[in-house]
Amino acid sequence: MTCTLAALLALSIAAPAVAQDHSHMDHAQMGHAPPAQPAAPAASAPAATPDPAEPTGTDQSPGSAPPPPVPMPHYADRVWGGDVMARSRDAMMAEEGGGQRFAQLLLDRVEWKDGGYAWEGEGWFGGDIHRLVVKSEGEGGDRVEGAEVQALYSRAIDPYFNLQTGIRQDIRPTPARTYLTVGVEGLAPYWFEVNAAAFLSTRGELLGRIEGYYDQRITQRLILQPRAELNLSAQNIRETGTGSGLTNAELGLRLRYEIAREFAPYVGVNWERRFGDTRRFGWAAGEDSGGIGLVAGIRAWF
Amino acid sequence: MTTIDRRRLLQGAALGGVALGAWTPLGARQATNGPVVSGELIELRIGRINRMVDGRPSRSIGINGMSPAPLIRLREGQRARIRVVNDLDVETSLHWHGLLVPFQYDGVPGISFPGIPAGQSFLYDFPVRQNGTYWYHSHSGGQEQEGLYGPIVIDPAAPDPVAFDREHVIVLSDHSRSSPATIFRKMKLQPGYYNFQRQTLVGLLSGRDQKAKDRAEWGKMRMDPADIADATGATYTYLVNGHGPVDNWTGAFTPGERVRLRIVNASAMTTFNVRIPGLPLTIVQADGLNVEPVTVDEFQIGVAETYDAIVTPAETAYTLVGESVDRSGMARATLSPGAGMAAPVPPLRARPLATMTDMGMGGMGHESKPGGPDPTAEQNGSRKLATTAATPLQPAMNHAAMGHGEAMGGMEGMGEMQHGMRDFANAPGVARTPGVQTISPMAADRTDYPGQGLEDVGHRVLTYRQLRALDRNPDVRAPGRQIDIHLTGNMERFMWGFDGKRMVDTHEPFAFAEGERVRINLINDTMMAHPIHLHGHFFELVTGHGDHSPRKHTVLVQPGGIVSLDLTADAVGDWAFHCHMLYHMLSGMMRVVSVRPQGGAA
Repeated sequence: MTCTLAALLALSIAAPAVAQDHSHMDHAQMGHAPPAQPAAPAASAPAATPDPAEPTGTDQSPGSAPPPPVPMPHYADRVWGGDVMARSRDAMMAEEGGGQRFAQLLLDRVEWKDGGYAWEGEGWFGGDIHRLVVKSEGEGGDRVEGAEVQALYSRAIDPYFNLQTGIRQDIRPTPARTYLTVGVEGLAPYWFEVNAAAFLSTRGELLGRIEGYYDQRITQRLILQPRAELNLSAQNIRETGTGSGLTNAELGLRLRYEIAREFAPYVGVNWERRFGDTRRFGWAAGEDSGGIGLVAGIRAWF
Repeated sequence: MTTIDRRRLLQGAALGGVALGAWTPLGARQATNGPVVSGELIELRIGRINRMVDGRPSRSIGINGMSPAPLIRLREGQRARIRVVNDLDVETSLHWHGLLVPFQYDGVPGISFPGIPAGQSFLYDFPVRQNGTYWYHSHSGGQEQEGLYGPIVIDPAAPDPVAFDREHVIVLSDHSRSSPATIFRKMKLQPGYYNFQRQTLVGLLSGRDQKAKDRAEWGKMRMDPADIADATGATYTYLVNGHGPVDNWTGAFTPGERVRLRIVNASAMTTFNVRIPGLPLTIVQADGLNVEPVTVDEFQIGVAETYDAIVTPAETAYTLVGESVDRSGMARATLSPGAGMAAPVPPLRARPLATMTDMGMGGMGHESKPGGPDPTAEQNGSRKLATTAATPLQPAMNHAAMGHGEAMGGMEGMGEMQHGMRDFANAPGVARTPGVQTISPMAADRTDYPGQGLEDVGHRVLTYRQLRALDRNPDVRAPGRQIDIHLTGNMERFMWGFDGKRMVDTHEPFAFAEGERVRINLINDTMMAHPIHLHGHFFELVTGHGDHSPRKHTVLVQPGGIVSLDLTADAVGDWAFHCHMLYHMLSGMMRVVSVRPQGGAA
């Protein structure tokens, strides 16, 4: 995993640097250039006596001389030696240049609900752009009713969104399914966290999921979080009781208190409902079509 | 107004002991006594130390057993040979901030030298070519946050144009019991981790902060106007000379003396607003170089800047307040004419909110005043020090009631502006990366701006535009060319860089030929002020003062602002160029500046 990420990072570094030439930019439009003056030639010594009528020093406008060639920034090699400086440079770039890697384990929901439990969380490892993400969610009562794990490569594609692609493995319900996953996750305008993903199973079945939540701070530490999840299917899958179209929806409202940023117990309500054929399949199997219930749980990260 | 606080006195005696006496001078001119090292050969031993801050034990990295490190006192014209012994189990380094030294002794691992490995020593050897107030600090990882910093004072070879009877070195810093690795990680994982002064629903319902419509507009842009500081008083205790606000470092004076305060912001992340209620500050030096005296009541000091101020205290005690720019806490010290005297401590003022100008939108839109700060906002323990009897001495106390002036308001015109908030046509040369959240569409020269939250404090606040060099600039040529450097960032990912690139993304330096004079336009595309530091050089600020432009080594570029500076690239070598906010630098807001002989091969 480290090797893969390192390789990906290396690729991103190797991307050609954008050549920069700002020397001819027009600064007047930015409103900070002094009145236009003929550019003074770059003399080798300061003028002897300033004429108060002539602008001097920083009151003068810059000329348009060409920039010098860009050298390799390895001047210290000639003092301390190339090998030792190369090692030092590599260490500095890796550890202090923005290339550091981090990891987080986030238990977004670990909750008890009527007659059961549910969880949703993820762990990730990586840098600013490239990350490996493992997600899991599921629920159960006397037995595990649903459980899935996703292993994704995540790449930042703009300031707010990540493209995520990988594998989803359903462990429950059985028979287990394996999917190819492509999704987008990030922060939408108005501070909505959203996640949309498509799943293509090894049997050619196509599923979709859209999730979102919003953190409404009531105080600095008391946070009300409405969240929604919609699951979609392109076809009927009798084996798993999935109907085509909108299969089920979940709406939740959770009130948490951040004792610390990393640890927040919550209480809330959750409403769940199956739709269409999924609902009919459920009836046929003797299951109800959903309902509303209280939840209590913990949001934590490490 | 002056009170003798017996409890505090006893506390000081019990806790401060040795340390309290550390910086207290005996009275003679030039006698900042206590830990001073000087001479031709200086030995500095870097090691882990245990210390007390406001009565709580804490681990730090110190020099010769102390943090801040001892004052290095040099004389202009001398040769400095400084032997640094690394007693840590990791690599270290020392950088002489603002000193013009041969590049190989500048002390930046990976750029100027290979660093000082654990258990080894290194001999710095350079001529002292200047005078004034400077400082030194580690340039390795987060060691600077851990306490590895100290002041430098260089006495001039010629008579000092600044007359004073006594001096105090005031080193401001931010101290945390969390490790720098922890602080950095928390901010990477959750950039608002340390901000407990955000806007809330309770605030909205009680008429505080922004109105609902403005909140919605800012929310649409995914910009948080309460994001004034990344690391805050939630993790920091703000120190003066290593002492917390309860410790109350105290400097002595005799009434009527001209006291020179050499103020250094040695913080990792904190922009301070500094004032001494009741005592005007005459600024005589900025970044170690003399300026024409300008008298103010308050000034903002960015990380790594220094200011020297002359004060003439009367027969009373004064509180020196260094308020964090986001008002989440304060550094506090006392100037006192007698033992045990303390002065009233003003309360923390209302935290400011960022404005449309801070977003680089010029003066677009109607500016209306937001309400007071969020009622649930949290500040650090220093808030408890406020005494209420202090009003006459603190005009700024009325701040909250007065509102703070320039503010975001009705956002008429915002609709059209929004799609221009990340328009790369406004910044050719900026890489189109996830690290660029916004590009200032109308960045403005804000060198006449006192700083966030200081627009309307009811007294004189220093601006860069007021600084004028005492001596004529050594190089008054017109710049031969100019370049733009964009300060870019993404607050949501805690990514920072120049021109959309992090240090790790490019080895390409900003290149200069020796002797070349170049205008550099620093354009802040972020909503946060960045103290930008160039090693090995001074540069002149382009603020309309011609051949008496103020010369600095570090410049605070206000949010949404532009600072133009003229640089004479006269020091051959490779030099670090970076934002001096430690975690911005570690996130990649750093680049190499290369200076090569004219026409020479790379």
